[in-house]
Amino acid sequence: MKAPGNVIGFPRRSFGRASAGRSEPADATDEMSDRLLAVAEHGDRAAFAVLFRHFGPRVRAYLLRAGGDAGRVDDLLQETFAAVWRKAGQYDSRRATAAAWIFAIARNRSIDAFRRERRPEFDRQDPAFQPDPQPDGEETLATRERAESVRAALAALSEEQREVLRLSFYDGESYAAIAIRLGIPVGTVKSRARLAFRRLRAVLGGRREELR
Amino acid sequence: MTIEHHVGDERLLAYGAGTLDEATSLLVAAHLALCPACRSDLELAEAVGGALMESDRLAPPADETVLDALVRCIACEDDEGSAAAAAAPLGPFVLPQPLRGYAGGDVAGLRWRSVGGGIRQVPLKTHGAGATARLLSIPAGKSVPEHGHSGFEATLVLAGSFYDRGSWYRRGDVGIADSAVVHRPVAGPEEDCICLAVTDAPLKFVAAVPRLLQPFHGI
Repeated sequence: MKAPGNVIGFPRRSFGRASAGRSEPADATDEMSDRLLAVAEHGDRAAFAVLFRHFGPRVRAYLLRAGGDAGRVDDLLQETFAAVWRKAGQYDSRRATAAAWIFAIARNRSIDAFRRERRPEFDRQDPAFQPDPQPDGEETLATRERAESVRAALAALSEEQREVLRLSFYDGESYAAIAIRLGIPVGTVKSRARLAFRRLRAVLGGRREELR
Repeated sequence: MTIEHHVGDERLLAYGAGTLDEATSLLVAAHLALCPACRSDLELAEAVGGALMESDRLAPPADETVLDALVRCIACEDDEGSAAAAAAPLGPFVLPQPLRGYAGGDVAGLRWRSVGGGIRQVPLKTHGAGATARLLSIPAGKSVPEHGHSGFEATLVLAGSFYDRGSWYRRGDVGIADSAVVHRPVAGPEEDCICLAVTDAPLKFVAAVPRLLQPFHGI
């Protein structure tokens, strides 16, 4: 059902928190996570529009890098945001920023669209799914803190390690393809990726050891 | 349930990036369904992807016509009502998704075929020339005939357990063997061991009988 009144008003609490933030107007981390929660909690279309205006261009740029022509990319962009609307109820702000969650949806859509073989996915709604243990209050970082620590951890890597992570995690290239692109042996790509990932995990992934 | 044997960083990250073949992706996805620790690692890779996407400020502004189309689309979905939402399947299941989808049901409803020695299998249809996937059922206490590998073999336990080279593998655990390994895994005594096995080359059985049977059974 259409609810035109809903399209005009923004959720109030988002404004309060965004303006209380530090002097980084570009950091929309908390604001965007709040908008995503508003979509989940009461189908807030205004919040959805804010998410689309912020992430839409970035998702489109990502999809273009992933190798689509403009027409296909616009279809995928639409599919991605339709999924954002539909699956918003599954978003957990303790586990991911809005950027990471939307990135994962866009990445999965582009993998489905651009590769020939299927790439099966697990299903959190499945009765045989093993749920996450409840996180302790202390170790759950606020969304903003986590986003900041990801940025800091990335900045602390060497340029070479960062480049491999970008090509692998963001551009979705295989180690073999990265080796050709950079003109280095596959073994070197693997060791850079492994070291970079371990450093990230040492900084960010405190839960990992506990979950093992 | 604590999982001790994981799929390995390289395979996990390749799955995340979408560069892994379908059969191995199936094994990684099924392990992820059972392993919060590896999901947390995948989320770390996604956090990096999200941060890189967020930092991209060169993109041209959003296309409002796409937003309009989306909002129209959402409006008509709402009209159809939430009754269309599929009923959740009733568990409990041995096989987590996406495995049930590939197998066509849960363990009890499958057409198991004997491969000899009491061991039964259900081949799973995946695409691509690389690895192949199958479900195996090994009777409690029985062993898989001693074999080596021309390539790589990954085995995800779904029920029961097996013992191999000094370790027990239980539900969710992944055993990895490569061409350097010759082994004879033994199923635990408590119940039949059900596992998902992915190989990228035929196994090399040491004894003559399974070797002779191999062409017919294709393991």
